[in-house]
Amino acid sequence: MTAENFLDGNVAGGPLQAFFSVDITAAIGECDHCGQTGRIAETRVYLQAPGVVVRCRGCEGVLLRVVEGPGRAWLDMRGLRTLQVSTG
Amino acid sequence: MSWRVGTVTALRDETPTARTLVLDVEGWPGHSAGQHVDVRLTAEDGYSATRSYSIASAPDGARVEITVERIDDGEVSPYLTRVVAVGQRLELRGPVGGWFVWRPAQDEPVQLVAGGSGVVPLMAIVRSHAQAAAGAPLRLLYAVRDPAAVLYREELRGRERDGLAVAFAYSRVAPEGSGRPPGRVDAALLAEVAFPPDTAPTAYVCGPTGFVETVADLLVTAGHEPRRVRTERFGPTGGRP
Repeated sequence: MTAENFLDGNVAGGPLQAFFSVDITAAIGECDHCGQTGRIAETRVYLQAPGVVVRCRGCEGVLLRVVEGPGRAWLDMRGLRTLQVSTG
Repeated sequence: MSWRVGTVTALRDETPTARTLVLDVEGWPGHSAGQHVDVRLTAEDGYSATRSYSIASAPDGARVEITVERIDDGEVSPYLTRVVAVGQRLELRGPVGGWFVWRPAQDEPVQLVAGGSGVVPLMAIVRSHAQAAAGAPLRLLYAVRDPAAVLYREELRGRERDGLAVAFAYSRVAPEGSGRPPGRVDAALLAEVAFPPDTAPTAYVCGPTGFVETVADLLVTAGHEPRRVRTERFGPTGGRP
């Protein structure tokens, strides 16, 4: 990984719309690796893999991965301990 | 969440390498300034490529404008900037995003900082702000390579005459009489043209990843609260990959 080949969580918002009924970029996630919390919009996103890889800004641990195929999408959220959304 | 169909209703060249596509999108639920759409192109053999493009227009029914900067070796942007014609239909997903968003109800000062084509979602904020006749003070700092690369040049001139504070930071070539030699955005420039931290502005910074990292760090170092600095990064080449 070089210093600047990442984008941010905003770009993951589209693929994640298949899974959530609310916008998830404004949600606050907690990293299961280091415990840091932050907006999904502010995470680091790498698009070089076959899917979308969302990493923690603090420790670079993988928070979640999304893979989209024809008519189907997969989500792996193992690195995300909690997810907090605004309900009002 | 399904894909929607957007029909191209107009095309507008902004610079020699950037084009605005005006789309009429079926079932569009409306959007907020700062949001983006994903555009999917599918070839006859089924191969598809998806890219994210910021929305440039203020909310306006089913009408959505995106401005696409051409990346010569890209898979999607050469098609959108050279080939696509009025009447054509594109697949879109969106609106996407709820964090890098400005809403007219916000009344704090708004500091916009654009790097290159990162001005696109910030232009949506400028337009939405004007449309709503919002009272929040608004300033735009637009870092751009040279005068020919400025997007929305005429419109920005008009809005400046109407009172919008616009400062340009030319990185390579500055126009005559710009009063500032070419250079990068630095702490001195931010101190001169941006809202100071004690006015508690919300800052929206959009551009290539390196630019955004630099500007966000400068703002926080100058005393802006990190939670008030919202960022959106484009690919290192100046457009989304």
